[in-house]
Amino acid sequence: MSEAGKSARVLIGPGSTPVLPRHIKLRHDQARDRWTILAPERVFSPDAIAVAVLHLCDGARTADAIAEELARSYNAPKAQILADVMAMLQDLSDKGVVQA
Amino acid sequence: MSVQAHIGTDQSARVPAPIGLLAELTHRCPLQCPYCSNPLALESVAGELSTEIWCDVLAQAAALGVLQLHLSGGEPTVRRDLEQIVAAAAKAGLYSNLITAAVLLTRDRLQTLAEAGLDHVQISIQDAQPGNADRIAHYQGAYAKKMEVAGWVRDLGLPLTINAPVHRQNIERLPAIIELAERVGARRLEVAHVQYYGWALQNRRALMPTREQVVRSADLVAEARERLKGILSIDFVAPDYYAARPKPCMGGWGRGIINVTPSGKVLPCHAAESIPDLTFANVRERSLREIWLASDAFQKFRGLEWMREPCRSCELREVDWGGCRCQALAFTGAAENADPACAKSAHHAAFTRVAEDESAAPAPDFIYRRPQKPNPAA
Repeated sequence: MSEAGKSARVLIGPGSTPVLPRHIKLRHDQARDRWTILAPERVFSPDAIAVAVLHLCDGARTADAIAEELARSYNAPKAQILADVMAMLQDLSDKGVVQA
Repeated sequence: MSVQAHIGTDQSARVPAPIGLLAELTHRCPLQCPYCSNPLALESVAGELSTEIWCDVLAQAAALGVLQLHLSGGEPTVRRDLEQIVAAAAKAGLYSNLITAAVLLTRDRLQTLAEAGLDHVQISIQDAQPGNADRIAHYQGAYAKKMEVAGWVRDLGLPLTINAPVHRQNIERLPAIIELAERVGARRLEVAHVQYYGWALQNRRALMPTREQVVRSADLVAEARERLKGILSIDFVAPDYYAARPKPCMGGWGRGIINVTPSGKVLPCHAAESIPDLTFANVRERSLREIWLASDAFQKFRGLEWMREPCRSCELREVDWGGCRCQALAFTGAAENADPACAKSAHHAAFTRVAEDESAAPAPDFIYRRPQKPNPAA
């Protein structure tokens, strides 16, 4: 991850195993009673679905497995969930909130 | 991101909770950049807050709702207790950001800071051309040292932002600056056009770019953002002088940011001391919460009541909050006026003309940022 020189954009696929890097903090913000992502010079306010996805980003589960779990919890078609999860993870990866 | 929360108290039920604390730990700095954001009257080491007070202020800030802590200066690493301050931030749950010139850091100290819980490092650069970078900072070898420290930051696994103030004496190297940020492994780059308060205002003729240079810099950033998506995010701070609308300075006065000076004065923005009729409360005497909610300086320009026309009836009054009070005062003579960066300001044409004239004239020598006696005429 921290090789010298230029890096390339990470593209998320069903087999990607996203994880929050050490410097990204997913926290419950007491003053505002909401979840918050603390990042360099940024504060993100993830919605409930994003929070559910982020809690499953443990570096072991694949995007596919995350979609599988969410499809079960929300009783929704997995193909649709997987497409949504991958789009969300791509966005989070582009923002540096997850690495995969 | 629209994080908002309101502190429910009798005196001020609608005051939002602050999200960021800018802690100016010291005004001491080995560099002498001519656009420094510190006031012209720099505070001395004798007046600096103790470790204990800073640690207490950080705990108070977290309790008030602050999420992000910016450890700044001057140069924050001149404080030998920086490790303790970083540890106090981590204990309070604050996300800590070290804003550093980097030239005083050793690898061991950086590692100690990382172990104390430091979350993020931001290194300033003055140019992508070493000789010119050292000339602007007035510090021999600054550029080389910064590149070395950037490598340590990356090796230690800390996220790195490169902050590049741009102006007429380095803006032609913007492509090289972007390339540098990418090469050193930064995930963020701030391309910040110099804002003309304090030292930068004194050096405006030496710094002001032409309109063409500004437009080109915006185009270059837009192109680089697309090309480097997912690799390097680039924040762009536009210069006011060629703008049609002012920036929402500090996100609005007393709405999200608290600034504590080296001696403990609490300011709504780091330039607020340039407004002579404001008085500032001190963390040595009052709680941060009390100061945020009720002190004169925070109440003075909070909300909409203070506004004159054209701000008062403007549909954008809760978007840009009238822009910058300090710039309004410096250019129009009254802090209650609209920021002259706004095209609706009666002073806007003159404001733009200053930039056009000064950027077309030869650049004078820099007035370097050094401790000096306050100059009442400045």
